[in-house]
Amino acid sequence: MQPPVPVDYFAFFGLPYKLNLDTAQVERDFYALSRKLHPDINARGNLPEQEWSLEKTSQLNDAYRTLKDPISRTEYLLRLQGVQLEEQSKAATEEARKTGSAKKQVVPPDLLEEVFELNMQLEELRMDKKMGEDDPALERELQDAKRHLSSKQSEMLNELSAAWNQWDALVDRASAGKNVEDSERAAVRDKMLDILNRRSYLRNLLREVDEVLES
Amino acid sequence: MGSAAFQRRHIRMANERIVGIDLGTTNSLVAYMENDRPVVIPGEDGLNLVPSVVALDERDQIIVGNPARKYLIDTPERAVYSVKRLMGRGVEDVQGELKLFPFRLADDLAPGEVLRIKLGNKTYTPPEISAFILRQLKRNAERYFGAPVTKAVITVPAYFNDAQRQATKDAGRIAGLEVLRLVNEPTAASLAYGLDKKETATVAVYDLGGGTFDISILKLHEGIFEVIATNGDTHLGGDDIDNLLIAIALDDIQGDLGIDVRRSGEAVQTIRKSVIDAKIALSSNDETTLDVKLPEGKRYQRVITRPQYEQLIRPVVHRTVGPVRQAMKDAGLTAKQIDEAVLVGGSTRIPLVRKLVEDQFERTPHADLNPDEVVALGAAVQADILAGGSEATKEMLLLDVTPLSLGIESLGGGVVKIIHRNSTIPESATEHFTTGVEGQTNVAIHVVQGERELAKDCRSLARFDLKGIPPMPAGLPRIEVKFLLDANGILHVSAREARSGKESEIEVQPSYGLTDEQVEGMILESFDYAEQDFRQRQVIEARNEATTILAALEKGRKSPTWDQLTSLERTNIAKLEAALKAVTREDNYQAIRTAIDALNQATMHLAELMMDSAVSTALKGKNMETANVGEGPASPHPIAKAEIKN
Repeated sequence: MQPPVPVDYFAFFGLPYKLNLDTAQVERDFYALSRKLHPDINARGNLPEQEWSLEKTSQLNDAYRTLKDPISRTEYLLRLQGVQLEEQSKAATEEARKTGSAKKQVVPPDLLEEVFELNMQLEELRMDKKMGEDDPALERELQDAKRHLSSKQSEMLNELSAAWNQWDALVDRASAGKNVEDSERAAVRDKMLDILNRRSYLRNLLREVDEVLES
Repeated sequence: MGSAAFQRRHIRMANERIVGIDLGTTNSLVAYMENDRPVVIPGEDGLNLVPSVVALDERDQIIVGNPARKYLIDTPERAVYSVKRLMGRGVEDVQGELKLFPFRLADDLAPGEVLRIKLGNKTYTPPEISAFILRQLKRNAERYFGAPVTKAVITVPAYFNDAQRQATKDAGRIAGLEVLRLVNEPTAASLAYGLDKKETATVAVYDLGGGTFDISILKLHEGIFEVIATNGDTHLGGDDIDNLLIAIALDDIQGDLGIDVRRSGEAVQTIRKSVIDAKIALSSNDETTLDVKLPEGKRYQRVITRPQYEQLIRPVVHRTVGPVRQAMKDAGLTAKQIDEAVLVGGSTRIPLVRKLVEDQFERTPHADLNPDEVVALGAAVQADILAGGSEATKEMLLLDVTPLSLGIESLGGGVVKIIHRNSTIPESATEHFTTGVEGQTNVAIHVVQGERELAKDCRSLARFDLKGIPPMPAGLPRIEVKFLLDANGILHVSAREARSGKESEIEVQPSYGLTDEQVEGMILESFDYAEQDFRQRQVIEARNEATTILAALEKGRKSPTWDQLTSLERTNIAKLEAALKAVTREDNYQAIRTAIDALNQATMHLAELMMDSAVSTALKGKNMETANVGEGPASPHPIAKAEIKN
């Protein structure tokens, strides 16, 4: 069971459920709302007023932090749509525990070769470092791989942005009173979910590269 | 002072001032907003800095600040400094400090108990010792305002964890102060710096004090001070540099003079004092002589050059680089994107530190405001904001973050993060828990703070025991636990069982802290001191009144009306005047009061004559000013008695 979403962050900012967002405007609204709600502004109020201020401001901060970041914003919308992000991850963990294997993560097909190569290099550098040896050439190769993966990561943001446009177009169609099939929505949701999963894989990989390089 | 001015002061007293306090490792200060500028309130000695030193004198009276410093050398077992290092910490995590600082822990400490430090034959917890310092600052402010002060904003290092923050708040309560807000030190400094700035800018505040280091990166935008990232080390500061130099001196003394003075608290404190002098000298000179007069007439001297000194302290100073880089990374900014770097804390006077900041941020840092005072000034600004704001602060609002992630220990000792570091506070998170056994009515939750993967490597905050869960099959109860980090960065937890809607009872066991009952007890004990405070305040008020009446009398003596008095009257007045002057030098409230009343009585006739003269002068078309009676009738009588509310 998914935990209930206590506050609707889009509603908090009076926004439609769209993913393209004028973040500068959201920032201005965040500042304006902070000036009304913040405990410092309401410090002279009575106890219920202060509690209200604390509660509202913590919701405001949650909402702002979630919406201003493109990834957490997308995840949040998917969750509002009933996509169970945590459950997916939990299921994978359960599966890994049962089979005794490492938690399986799907390697994005276009990266298969590169990831294979990278894992070998990482292993080699780990060994080198353990033995206290320097391998500048290998480190350079890893730096290159890192740059390449980072650029892949930003490409994914472009992909995500394209999916947002599709999503927002569906929202616009629906609000114009036109018919939108559930299957259309599901298709865009799945696309976004796929991008997020691949991105999360890349992020973990990059973290690993950083760890080995900095160790 | 005339009566009108006195009355104005009384009216302003009604609107109680909120002071800003910098409770530092080495020095503490109290400041407040005077019109549109924050100013530091000096102590009775006229100095702004109150050294964070507490001593117990021969009569077991608590001495704070400069007067306490001599005890550090004369009777080190009756004095303590740098107690901030012990705030909110347990016995097991101060072992490192105990090697470097002459803290004497109580002998009878039970495991898990809050630390107690020996002063003479008494013991005090770190919050109680901090409370003595706060009480002194409170007294200084009360003396300055001539009115009670009960509300304060207190600053803490940005990187302080929940336990350290709670301990600071407890100290305020014990000292009789309602702590309206804990403000992070670097953020407070930015408030003082940003008072006149209305434009948008990204600012890095580098704060290296006596015992703590903080780095905060803020975005300033039309009066909003939004912290984007913060990092630091709560055990890194000037103290560490002192300890390095002390260790060298101790080695030298053993090597050159053949005496080991490590065990002599007195000698070590003498060395410490000389080392600090040398450190300060090396901030402006190319070389200095470390000069120690040891007991028994021996003397140790050593020339230290700036390059030697810098080589020695480089590792300490470089420990700030990691946190700086992490904060920049968390903020998603490069050095070029930072518009201004600001230096805070006494240790930023060290040229090597300035050089490091310059290198890290690729620009010359600002140090326009006194680095010792800027945090207290900022606290005063925040106090003014909380009081409803003035012309200078009405657009200002501080949005701060939590420095450390908050997590729950999971099965197997891992940590599930529920609030991430650098989240804007206040901030809340709701988590769901269930039972593992049929009919289970209790669930234990262990809350930790920190960035590490395993709970044992993080800071244990508290263990919460959720009680009164309705008996149900395993896994069925849904216990909703709400974690709320308030604007002080302090955690509050509430829980309810979602299926039954029943509020769960929570039993909190803080890992390192005083319970509410303990704090209450300490407040009760401190009533003794409150009594002492009250008497002292009465004396101060009476002394002020005496000064006023003596000044008025002086004026009266120069006026033509003086000659209209009989010689008997004049002699009597002179006698009582001398008597009043004599008693004001003492601390006896009753004596001062009686002398004031007597002089008041004796000068009644003089006052009437002066009034008449003032009135007739005014009728003749002259104003009071030209009649040389100043603001209002310059008689000693119409002065309202200073009221002391307790």
